Amino acid sequence: MMALPYITEHTGFTGTVYATEPTLQIGRLLMEELVNFMERVPKSQSATCWKNKEIQRLLPCPLKDAVEVWTWKRSYSMQEVNSALSKVQLVGYSQKVELFGAVQISPLSSGYSLGSSNWIIQSHHEKVSYVSGSSLLTTHPQPMDQSSLKNSDVLILTGLTQMPTANPDGMLGEFCNNLAMTIRAGGNVLVPCYSSGVIYDLLECLYQFIDSANLGTTPFYFISPVANSSLEFSQIFAEWLCHNKQSKVYLPEPPFPHAELIQTNKLKHYPSIHGDFSSEFRQPCVVFTGHPSLRFGDVVHFMELWGKSSINTIIFTEPDFSYLDALAPYQPLAMKCVYCPIDTRLNFHQVAKLLKEVQPLHVVCPEQYTQPPPSQSHRSDLMLELQPPPVPYRRCSVLNLPFRRRYERVYILPELANSLVPSEIKPGISVATVSAVLHSKDNKHTLQSVPKPPPVPPSKKRKRVMEEPPVVQAPKPLLSGAVPLEAFLATLQKHGITEVKVEETVDGHILHLQADDTLIQLEEDGTHIVCDNNEPLRTTLRDLVLRFLQKL
Amino acid sequence: MPEINVTPLGAGQDVGRSCILVSIGGKNIMLDCGMHMGYNDDRRFPDFSYITQNGRLTEFLDCVIISHFHLDHCGALPYMSEMVGYDGPIYMTHPTKAICPILLEDFRKITVDKKGETNFFTSQMIKDCMKKVVPLNLHQTVQVDDELEIKAYYAGHVLGAAMVHIKVGSESVVYTGDYNMTPDRHLGAAWIDKCRPDILISESTYATTIRDSKRCRERDFLKKVHESIERGGKVLIPVFALGRAQELCILLETFWERMNLKAPIYFSTGLTEKANHYYKLFITWTNQKIRKTFVQRNMFEFKHIKPFDRSYADNPGPMVVFATPGMLHAGQSLQIFKKWAGNEKNMVIMPGYCVQGTIGHKILNGQRKLEMEGRSTLDVKLQVEYMSFSAHADAKGIMQLIRMAEPRNMLLVHGEAVKMEFLKGKIEQEFSIDCYMPANGETATVTTNPSVPVDISLNLLKREMALGGPLPDPKKPRTMHGTLIMKENSLKLVSSEQALKDLGLNEHQLRFTCRVQLQDPHSDPDTLQRIYVHLKSVLKGYTIQHLPDGTVMVESIVIKVSSSTEDPNTKVLLLSWSYQDEDLGSFLSTLLKKGLPSGL
Repeated sequence: MMALPYITEHTGFTGTVYATEPTLQIGRLLMEELVNFMERVPKSQSATCWKNKEIQRLLPCPLKDAVEVWTWKRSYSMQEVNSALSKVQLVGYSQKVELFGAVQISPLSSGYSLGSSNWIIQSHHEKVSYVSGSSLLTTHPQPMDQSSLKNSDVLILTGLTQMPTANPDGMLGEFCNNLAMTIRAGGNVLVPCYSSGVIYDLLECLYQFIDSANLGTTPFYFISPVANSSLEFSQIFAEWLCHNKQSKVYLPEPPFPHAELIQTNKLKHYPSIHGDFSSEFRQPCVVFTGHPSLRFGDVVHFMELWGKSSINTIIFTEPDFSYLDALAPYQPLAMKCVYCPIDTRLNFHQVAKLLKEVQPLHVVCPEQYTQPPPSQSHRSDLMLELQPPPVPYRRCSVLNLPFRRRYERVYILPELANSLVPSEIKPGISVATVSAVLHSKDNKHTLQSVPKPPPVPPSKKRKRVMEEPPVVQAPKPLLSGAVPLEAFLATLQKHGITEVKVEETVDGHILHLQADDTLIQLEEDGTHIVCDNNEPLRTTLRDLVLRFLQKL
Repeated sequence: MPEINVTPLGAGQDVGRSCILVSIGGKNIMLDCGMHMGYNDDRRFPDFSYITQNGRLTEFLDCVIISHFHLDHCGALPYMSEMVGYDGPIYMTHPTKAICPILLEDFRKITVDKKGETNFFTSQMIKDCMKKVVPLNLHQTVQVDDELEIKAYYAGHVLGAAMVHIKVGSESVVYTGDYNMTPDRHLGAAWIDKCRPDILISESTYATTIRDSKRCRERDFLKKVHESIERGGKVLIPVFALGRAQELCILLETFWERMNLKAPIYFSTGLTEKANHYYKLFITWTNQKIRKTFVQRNMFEFKHIKPFDRSYADNPGPMVVFATPGMLHAGQSLQIFKKWAGNEKNMVIMPGYCVQGTIGHKILNGQRKLEMEGRSTLDVKLQVEYMSFSAHADAKGIMQLIRMAEPRNMLLVHGEAVKMEFLKGKIEQEFSIDCYMPANGETATVTTNPSVPVDISLNLLKREMALGGPLPDPKKPRTMHGTLIMKENSLKLVSSEQALKDLGLNEHQLRFTCRVQLQDPHSDPDTLQRIYVHLKSVLKGYTIQHLPDGTVMVESIVIKVSSSTEDPNTKVLLLSWSYQDEDLGSFLSTLLKKGLPSGL
């Protein structure tokens, strides 16, 4: 969501954006924070010449290796954020939204963060699921809705864990232990993190851990321009939380224990390191702040402040950035580094389980998932192996999804439905011929009865009317079946046609109606009536033949 | 013809104990399960024996839906589920689920502990009942079973109040519960999309009222309170703990702050703080303004409003007291009322509707002597004011909702018969739709006329659409043809050729051949040419081809010419057509028998 303004503001986008309410509110906070951080960065002259390939080639690493530098964009402004978010239309989980009458979309809980969603895009006959950033672990959000993903024709799978080998629970334990060890040794702990998401779980974990680890007096600081809002917002989205947290609201109690941490003054939040924080700041302490890339935001100040002392520890929990890259500009560093990335998104093992449960006909995924990561090429368990094999995609590639549309929904209006005459062709199968007017509006199709032609006005030239050719009418239905000889002869007899000479041929019989000089050729898959100058006889014969055939 | 039946067990031409049964597409749904505030006997609860004489309701109901937490909408729930017996799902929104049990417990305490009634539901029953509740989110489509789906919309009546859209196949019903079409100080306005239900079941509490703007009413209210306080009088505002109370608190709180008033405001204890806490946690259900500012200042943290203690009622000097319940039928509000009723300086402001039989209803009707329990009478000297603050839609609002949802039929509940009658007339006149207002136990039946959904083969559809051109001409409807195959439960519409193929049937060709003799003194090719020209002039709008192999084709009808062996001037025309071209073939043979016009 963080790149939304680039699409809505710079591409001539005129559509609607659908998102859940927590996604909108928390997304707004994170964008606001980013804009705020960027505004603090001194504005230097903007340089673009280095982006020239020839010059870039000569630059030092890592600039030299950066790809597609021309596509790099300036950060957006708050104004652009507001404009982008004004295009968002809120939806709730399992809400069905009609798009152009053609497809229906609905978000499902993905279990990863507050309001995070997977999406189903379906018509009456086809179903595509988009699964991105999902989690099967029990953290704070509503559990992932798996059952609604069943019967998908295509499942698009992305946003798997970046840390397929790290176990989030183990990491959480390591996080607490390192934190406690540093504090006991009199050092400070710095946790670079985003302002929403895993931090709620970290705080909850610490809430339980503080007393047992004797950290009751250690101050915890959460510094971000949106720290307060993030903590407050997390408490009001009860509908989007897991069952445990939901039931707390009924008591009524705030769903997250960080409310209590704030009440008891164990956790304090500040918009920035300036102002109140500088006067109330006590060491040793634990600081949660952003940005996790360590390139901007308040975290930079703490790196400078604490980096030189080996009693301090920095604990990385966000998996989005390589901690070595993040630390590179601060080297040499005396501070201890602990890397315990917590990524609750699906790992390959969980994906396999999920797909077995959901059973989509086809899976589409980024091509990276179809082979083991380059650094661990022997780990064949770190890739997707499916039958049929997943359809890989890469950046800017256009895929044709592997299904064929065969049917579309059409509604037969009651009047027409009542006029249909079904006949049973085979046991359990009936058919009816339908002649109707098709109305298509907003991709919705309805069939109506053919309006009766207005009665022909009494014409003065009656003679001419007789010669008018027939109006193009409903073509006659196709016929099926065969005309049995014996029964047909009996019927002819009943209608007074008695002089019939039957002649056997290779394919059937020829009936010669001698009195009228008329031939009827009966075959397995056809009947041929040759009849001159006797229209009444011909129509009688026609109707008699039709009695034996089925109309489609 | 399929039909939808609606039977109110309560709230049919009445206010109180809302309970409406709907049977739609073979599903039975109970909408609300309330109790009547005006009665203390069996009439308090809806008559569930209508559903079944003996035993449990589980097998007769597919689900129960509660619109909001007011007791006249949920008060009979534990009685129904635990004492009569129902184990199916009960749907309500999160705030309703949170607040409903508290009000039920409160109500139980008043009835059982204070009045000493027996044969009433217990605390445990309330708990067991709440275990059967499935929470609903706004706009979430909940699949009750394979066919029945329900969806909640914002109703704005109280925190968590919802309207529900119930759908089975292509039939649907919307039940509004209580709703409010004008946003107020703490809630937003009700909203629904153009869902075109077969029936819209709407409350009609204020069927005949068109209320002036909210601002005026607020100003009036503040003026009355202020005047009374200035005189040194005491103001009693009977409210229900949640809902109007919060709106009026916000109103008074801001007024007190602006006017720098010192007179104390109290809120009867118990529920208050808890209630405000619910509002804080369910802030997403309040209006836009409160939601926007809640991080800076939570509107539900009041500075001037303090908890009430029973002893304060005798304190000298002016004060404002919010006390529960709202209709003066029991509890603290009634106690304070009794204490203050004798003094004309005091005032009671009834901010909401009072059900018949309650003291609130009596004093609003001007009754000045009240018979109390134990044969004593109470003289009512204090001022009685009524301010319609209850958040129901007025006549204008109801019409507005009808315009929003565009129902095919209308059904009124939760209102007084006379008023309903008036509104019914207005609705039928303005929207020309049928409007029903069944009494309790009476069934309103609406026949629906659903379209039949069918799967059409995409080939056929695309072919038709292509033939119709990009812009269909409404004057010249095109007729399409196909074969509907009915197999088990599936309905498929395909082209006739496809149908033959799908069903594994052989086509049977029926052809006709007809020889026509014609006097025409020309060579064979010339005759053919003349026939071609003739047909061309007669048959407009048909494809006619003169093929090089010596035939004329009209659509798929073949015409050949040969000379008679005896007389070269007598030509024999051979016409051959298939059954599919029967009409045209028959016409041609008759036409050609008449010979060719001499003018050619």
